[in-house]
Amino acid sequence: MSVRKSDLLSTHARAEIDHWISRYPADQKQSAVLAALREAQHENHGYLTTELMDAVADYLDMPPIAVYEVASFYSMFELKPVGRHSIAVCTNVSCMLRGSDTVLAYIERKLGIKLGDSTPDGKFYLKKEEECLAACCGAPMMQVNHIYYEHLTPEKVDQVLDSLE
Amino acid sequence: MSEELVNIEVNGIPLQARKGAMLIEITDAAGISIPRFCYHKKLSIAANCRMCLVEVERAPKPLPACATPVMEGMKVYTESPKALAAQKGTMEFLLINHPLDCPICDQGGECELQDVALGYGGDVSRFAERKRVVKDKNIGPLIATDMTRCIHCTRCVRFGDEIAGLRELGATGRGENVEIGTYVAHSVTSELSGNVIDLCPVGALTAKPSRYQGRSWEYVQHAAIAPHDSIGSNIFIHTLRGKVMRVVPRENDAVNETWLSDRDRFSYEGIYSDDRLNKPLVGGAEVDWEIALDATVKGLKDVIARHGADAVGFLASPTATVEDLYLAQKLARGLGIANIDHRLRQADFSDQATAPVFPWLGQGLEDLEKTGAALLIGSNVRMEQPLAGHRLRKAALAGGRVMFINLRDFEFRFPVAAKVVADPVGMVAALAGVAQAIAELKGESAPAGLADLVSGAAVGDAERSIAANLINNTPATVLLGNLAVSHPAFAQLRALAGFVALCSGARLGYLPEAANSVGGWLAGALPHRLPGGKPAPAVGLDARMMLDSPRKAYVLIGVEPELDCWDGAAALKAMQAAEFVVSLSPYASVAGYVKVALPVATFAETSGTYVNAEGRWQSFQGASKPFGEARPAWKVLRVLGNLCGVQGFDHVSSEDVLAEVQGVGGNIQPDNTPDISQSGWRPFRADGLLRVADVPIYAIDSLARRARALQSSPLAQPAEVRLHSDMAQELGVAGRDRVQVRQNGVAVDLPLVLDDSIPRGCAWIPAGLPASVMLGPAVGPVIIQ
Repeated sequence: MSVRKSDLLSTHARAEIDHWISRYPADQKQSAVLAALREAQHENHGYLTTELMDAVADYLDMPPIAVYEVASFYSMFELKPVGRHSIAVCTNVSCMLRGSDTVLAYIERKLGIKLGDSTPDGKFYLKKEEECLAACCGAPMMQVNHIYYEHLTPEKVDQVLDSLE
Repeated sequence: MSEELVNIEVNGIPLQARKGAMLIEITDAAGISIPRFCYHKKLSIAANCRMCLVEVERAPKPLPACATPVMEGMKVYTESPKALAAQKGTMEFLLINHPLDCPICDQGGECELQDVALGYGGDVSRFAERKRVVKDKNIGPLIATDMTRCIHCTRCVRFGDEIAGLRELGATGRGENVEIGTYVAHSVTSELSGNVIDLCPVGALTAKPSRYQGRSWEYVQHAAIAPHDSIGSNIFIHTLRGKVMRVVPRENDAVNETWLSDRDRFSYEGIYSDDRLNKPLVGGAEVDWEIALDATVKGLKDVIARHGADAVGFLASPTATVEDLYLAQKLARGLGIANIDHRLRQADFSDQATAPVFPWLGQGLEDLEKTGAALLIGSNVRMEQPLAGHRLRKAALAGGRVMFINLRDFEFRFPVAAKVVADPVGMVAALAGVAQAIAELKGESAPAGLADLVSGAAVGDAERSIAANLINNTPATVLLGNLAVSHPAFAQLRALAGFVALCSGARLGYLPEAANSVGGWLAGALPHRLPGGKPAPAVGLDARMMLDSPRKAYVLIGVEPELDCWDGAAALKAMQAAEFVVSLSPYASVAGYVKVALPVATFAETSGTYVNAEGRWQSFQGASKPFGEARPAWKVLRVLGNLCGVQGFDHVSSEDVLAEVQGVGGNIQPDNTPDISQSGWRPFRADGLLRVADVPIYAIDSLARRARALQSSPLAQPAEVRLHSDMAQELGVAGRDRVQVRQNGVAVDLPLVLDDSIPRGCAWIPAGLPASVMLGPAVGPVIIQ
């Protein structure tokens, strides 16, 4: 048997992608590309490799470049290795007015990294350019591993980040 | 079908428009100019550049003309203050990140952005911030990139998707970070890739080979015809101070639309190859024309006097013009020589007497895209006639059933409805199977002559499906490609294809190999027929026989026998053994057998005519003076005719020659009706491992072989052995990088590639490459160890 690029996807990932494919018309498999990339990224410690994107392209019968386009467009996909805990601090207007700059500066100082970097131990990743996450009522806010934390203060940031493994 | 029309008014001018048409199509047709970048009539509508905004009455905002369907009573203003303000605003935004480096940009002077900015933009930029910079991409030897100049019109992206069928370029990133590229660095591999250079409205994608060589306003533009495949693409040759600088497509919807294959676009580099002959050579030494011509006449007359006229063979390239080929045969016949042929890569001539006057496409090129079902026999049409491939792709995407019987499972960029991939024996059997299936479906029986081949042929699912598709879809066509012509049982394929076409009601056609393959038939560059298809009084030797039973002297017209002939090894041996070889060629031969070399002009340096696949006579004028002392081949042949004392060589122009050819062949109605009455077919057999070969896209003729950029592109195939992985296992060579190939007692070491597109029992070894010349015929038994 020849080796296919999609062989890289785990059985679980395939099942998950198949589930999404089944929700779209049969000739529109590519509609599952976002879900497929999300799953592939999830199983790969939070980032996508070219090989994984090629695997998704192969699985969904898409030209690889079309998958690269999607993956590079959405900010929730990472195309380089990143730390395992993803911290996204909202810096949009509401949060900015409520002091997100201070929060961000505090996190940078605490972790010793700049926006867009990961800590050398691979634990934290400070995500770049997070736009409004629609939680203005709780500004300033951040999203850590898909969970919202609102009304941030340095103490609260410590509490959240220190509790992570 | 009558089309529904609506009435609209543009700038107060009443216009009629097809219902559903986009506004910009109507204004373009009416000569009303609307600026645009992303819109292109041959591509889908993106409406992302916003340059074509116009004011439409009762619409609250300006609308993009490219994506606004016309409606009854619509009133449009393309130059109203509102429209102009919208266009000016768009222009300002487009220029925000554009580097405005026109003075050092190759596109300068022929740039849509420049033109539109001048016409519709402001004269001062209010943008004082930093412009973004985008890294250039390396997408191969043909296309240079300057991605900072890109305005994201996405024409190149859509071209890949919609025309080339190979989506290689894309827009990655978002917002200000959008970049056009391949994401993973690699060269684009489409045979049509160069068209993105024309499509790009700015200087982001420019032609690499001609980059920085000249300015568009310095170039002199000459209309011409492309010299490689049988499409006869219309081109412009751009010259600067008499030198060919580049080739671009000339729009002709009936032939090449707005496109051009890379081979036709970049082969001009071969004109100035290092081995171009500057002066005639006799015995390798440069001499004057007079001496060389005398030596030629003396050499030929000497051989004729000692061995008879039958000892001389004329081999002419199917890329030579009608005029060249006509004079060549006239010279040969004037000297009593009947051995002349241009069918260099044909293997089987047994049915040549019943062949059509000229084998042609059987339809117009435009008809190909409307075909309901097409069966291609032995054709990698994408590489052989790229723009015919494009037409068939359109047909396939529109639901046409395109099917193949092939020697290899070639990659096509469109859905293939059915296919049989088989070795040369299997190919004949599969076609016989299709014939049998069609006969069954139609309740007819094969003519007695073909019965031996057809009845008893195994009919598999693929054959049955091909048969049903040919019968049930109209219009249908059966086409014979390059690999059918080089098949050792071509006559059987032709007869079977003829029956399949007749019985199913499909049109029988040929995809001729070269720019003037059709012209060669009409001009009488054949051993058995005179110009215009009249039977020759004495039938001479065909291209293969001339080499298999070597002649004492050869006259080569634009031919490099070892690379251009079906059996390169036999050709080389015959040339080396000959007493006298004269070569009319732009290039010096490295092989050393050429006694007299007469430098002749390339396609860009001579006037002449090519007849394309659909029988279209297309004449052209020379774009530049021939290199060095080279002369157009027709002039050389005319002088040779005079010097040899042959009558009727007093033409003063190529038009005179053309008029003479047209007098005998100009009014012939093309007719591919097959003769299927022949009988006594012996089933084609071959035992053991068979070599099969195509000629790689950029090895097709002497000019393409010398085009540097094409040779370094990923489609330029190296000499190698391709084997099915099972076959490699069986032969015990699976893990090896290189293998030894023995054919006809000659052993050659070649790299091994495992490739499951090759049928079992075959070894794919491309022809037309120096490394595989010595192996011999394109199809024949080989041993691999």
